Amino acid sequence: MASNSTVIRKEPVDAVIVGLGWTGSIMGMELTDAGLNVLALERGNDRTNADFTYPKPADELAYGVRMEMMQRPSQAAITIRRNLNETALPNRYLTSFLPGDGVGGAGVHWTGVLYRATPVELKLKSFADEHFDKGFLPDDMTIQDYGVSYEELEPHYDFFEKVCGISGQAGNINGQLIEGGNPFEGPRANPYPLPPLPGTYNNALFAQATKNLGWHPYPYPSANVSQAWKNPYGMQLGPCNFCGFCSKYGCLNYSKSSPQTCILDALKRRENFAYRTNCEVTRVELDSDGKKATGVTYIDGDGNRVFQPAELVIVASYALNNVRLLLLSGIGKPYDPVANTGVVGRNYSYQMTGSIDMFFDDIEFNPFVAAGANGQVIDDFSPDTFDSARHGFIGGSYIYTAQGSGAPISNTPTPGDAPKWGSGWKKAVKDNYGHSMSMGTTGTNMAYRDCYLSLDPNYRDPNGDPLLRMTLDWHDNDIRMTRFMRERMLEIVRELNPRSHVEGFKNFGDHYDTRHYQSTHNVGGAIMGTDPSTSALNRYLQSWDVHNVFVMGANAFPQNMQHNPTGTVAALTYWSAKAIREQYLKNPGPLMSA
Amino acid sequence: MIAWALPMAANAQAADQGVIERGAYLARVGDCVACHTAPDGKEYTGGLAIESPFGTIYSSNITPDKQTGIGDYSEEQFARAVRDGVRADGAHLYPAMPYPSYAKTTDADIHALYVYFMHGVEPVNHRPEQTDLNFPFNQRWAIAMWNWLFTEDEVFQPDPNRSDQLNRGAYLVEGLGHCGSCHTPRGFAQQLKGFDASDEDYLAGADLNDWLAPALRGKGESGRGVVDWSEQDIVDLLATGRNAYTAVSGEMTSVVANSTSHLNDQDIHAIAAYLKSIPAHTGQAGGSASKAASPDKSDIAESGTEAKLASARDLSEGERLYLDNCNACHFTDGKGAGHIFPMLDGNSLVNADNPTGLIHTILAGAEMPSTPKAPESVSMPGFAWRLSDQEVADIATFVRGAWSNDAAAVTADQVAEVRKTLPEHSFSVSPGYRSTGRDQQPTSGEQLKGGAPVEDDQ
Repeated sequence: MASNSTVIRKEPVDAVIVGLGWTGSIMGMELTDAGLNVLALERGNDRTNADFTYPKPADELAYGVRMEMMQRPSQAAITIRRNLNETALPNRYLTSFLPGDGVGGAGVHWTGVLYRATPVELKLKSFADEHFDKGFLPDDMTIQDYGVSYEELEPHYDFFEKVCGISGQAGNINGQLIEGGNPFEGPRANPYPLPPLPGTYNNALFAQATKNLGWHPYPYPSANVSQAWKNPYGMQLGPCNFCGFCSKYGCLNYSKSSPQTCILDALKRRENFAYRTNCEVTRVELDSDGKKATGVTYIDGDGNRVFQPAELVIVASYALNNVRLLLLSGIGKPYDPVANTGVVGRNYSYQMTGSIDMFFDDIEFNPFVAAGANGQVIDDFSPDTFDSARHGFIGGSYIYTAQGSGAPISNTPTPGDAPKWGSGWKKAVKDNYGHSMSMGTTGTNMAYRDCYLSLDPNYRDPNGDPLLRMTLDWHDNDIRMTRFMRERMLEIVRELNPRSHVEGFKNFGDHYDTRHYQSTHNVGGAIMGTDPSTSALNRYLQSWDVHNVFVMGANAFPQNMQHNPTGTVAALTYWSAKAIREQYLKNPGPLMSA
Repeated sequence: MIAWALPMAANAQAADQGVIERGAYLARVGDCVACHTAPDGKEYTGGLAIESPFGTIYSSNITPDKQTGIGDYSEEQFARAVRDGVRADGAHLYPAMPYPSYAKTTDADIHALYVYFMHGVEPVNHRPEQTDLNFPFNQRWAIAMWNWLFTEDEVFQPDPNRSDQLNRGAYLVEGLGHCGSCHTPRGFAQQLKGFDASDEDYLAGADLNDWLAPALRGKGESGRGVVDWSEQDIVDLLATGRNAYTAVSGEMTSVVANSTSHLNDQDIHAIAAYLKSIPAHTGQAGGSASKAASPDKSDIAESGTEAKLASARDLSEGERLYLDNCNACHFTDGKGAGHIFPMLDGNSLVNADNPTGLIHTILAGAEMPSTPKAPESVSMPGFAWRLSDQEVADIATFVRGAWSNDAAAVTADQVAEVRKTLPEHSFSVSPGYRSTGRDQQPTSGEQLKGGAPVEDDQ
């Protein structure tokens, strides 16, 4: 650790931020606003808007296939196992999830769907206690409340939507329901900053079919913006042109909200902000009694071990890496699933997803006209919008259609009976190109006692530190949920009456299969809460154990919600920053008593 | 005595601080830093190579260093240098220094500038490259004759018949702002053809190293550029480098970054009001449109160009190349998007008689300056690495004739000439292509701003 004799010691700063993605950039603005001298350390390369000018990003081989925006397994592999009896193996290819790399982090390559949590999603355990019979929830389900309410987060959601110029249709403004929006969303103080994107034909079909079924379609809330936008920091976005290079790509058109388009040029102008790239933080260093961080140790691009003293440490390096850094640094007690003690690593959860592709004979969908968040959605089957207990589960999914990518290599759906290779496959691609429409579900994943994160006992990274080990498998409650959603989507299929369809849903007995992309909504592991025996962070995202360490990211989610995490991650970051600025800086110490 | 003398001294110092700050602000108005700083040099240490028709002129060190700078200048000597172009040793400065405009600066402002340069700027001992022109231009005494013939040396006099705001605007534009240096045409001896709005050539637009410095005379019914713009549009452009119509390019990018974006709201509005008060000429440079183009997308019927591009049938090579390379941001209607994607319909640079600026922008791209009110350096990529001279000529010809534009065609030879002026790396390979990939050497990048913590071991 820092006692290493070859350590270079840097001049102290007021605050050091580990990672310069969305949350690091937001914290940079907030803490420099507060007058602190702030330094951000980013493991990857620098990235500016100039790296994404046309036509560089429109390269599917580089970014869609070779995943050049992502963390390499060679630098940051994760070992994965399904249960406590297996030996975890490292992910040697990027498959199931795709953490970002470099300045901007995953905020550069995300799709651009920006949601709020609903009031119930933030207090799911209380909701379950009120609405389900005692004993309904399985014994090993460890769901919790966030410890922060929707009302407390609403101003921060509102502000971040303005930072991003989100394009969408409000469904509930101050309790007033609005036709065409999502009637099940939490009440909003304001409409979306920009009107929804114009939609493609699949949207129209989905909207009609779901209306016929008595449901409530609304446009995807989109960070691919519909019009030119200037945000509260003076940063700018230009109208999306539907090129379809969103998810896995940097936007070539200043049209997708990202740290680069929404924050970084403003932050870099500030004289009390600096950042260093290719600096991998390996430890948060603690003082002798382990109660206070003294700074961080990192390895720079030349291989030097460097100690950066700081009064305040913001860990903002993505959910999975945040948990690993806490474990490596000895901050908080590691979770033990057998004894059910400890907090760091607890309640790791994922996302339950499903899909149906429909093939038509005579409809032209023009799939090259696409945007990541171009879609229509229903929230009629969310945790609190129908009686899920009757169907034997807690949770829900939103069901959507999207025409999100026109990239030519991957966008070749074929019907189920088509050959998977050879001339037969080529013919099927040709016959079906432009004639298919996809639907999907994005669903909850509850937290369970045997799904958690820990340090791997066998595999180490090039610095000699243990890799992060993920233990995860599916549980029947969540499978029942996704089977229910399949039934609902088949109702939509019957409405649209395609020639054929292909479905992809998990079934009872299926295990977590890491070979296919599912979601980069990795959540939990260092969760927030109001009880230090069941959460690593208090409701202000402050470590219960080391008061000058605050941890930003979806690691704070006690279980996964159906709604995409970025909006809530950002709102929580502003919420935490407010507590730091208004309370912590005046009187550094624990913001909640343990 | 001592008991009350101390607060007095503190007050005197505070007053000086106020004067220093005012001088610093006026130095921003004058954009002194732009010419008196070399590309990698320290502020105000000079050495910038300024290309003139007579040869390369190097700017001087104007830090208060006594050996290499202006540390020994008295205020009177300083005033003579700024307003009359005469050095302390009596030698004449080349009029690359805009003293014919600075001549209008008031004594009070000269004083503030002097206090700033003596006490607000760090002295730096640095002797920049010296100007060494060929005969006859090395005969500095001849400049005295030129001055006598072509300059006016009167301090600005407010016109009692116009508002304080217009007088303030006129003072800034005609004086320290030296807008006329680029935007007023020059005569046979490189002299400016006018120093204030009473001259009809004043701010009538000019060619600056083959780039259009458009006309700034803004009062009129209809026409391209400032004539069509509101006062707020001008304010936006000066404060942020971009407005509802366009974005700055060429030399103006640095003017906005270093000078106009730092001006206070009152001054910037005064400048805009003054420009809008000067009657425009029909056919002034960059303003020769028969009809105006509006950034409003709703009230314009689909033009012939827009319909053709939207149908995407029977396209000319220029139209096809436009759709493939330009349309993503500038759209089929040529209107782009306010403050981020410049409008090509009616754009002064696009319609300039001399297409060099347009060709340069297509080849090398462009980047908006980062300013306090609009921090994002929105950039347009260069296309030199992927388009041939003929292809660039086809695009330029198309946009110069599209929508309401009415400028002459561009040839591949013209593009080739501009391409020769670009640095090698901008077209030999794709610039920074996949720079986000793994092929970079992993070295620590240190990106530090002014007051940020500085380390000595990187």
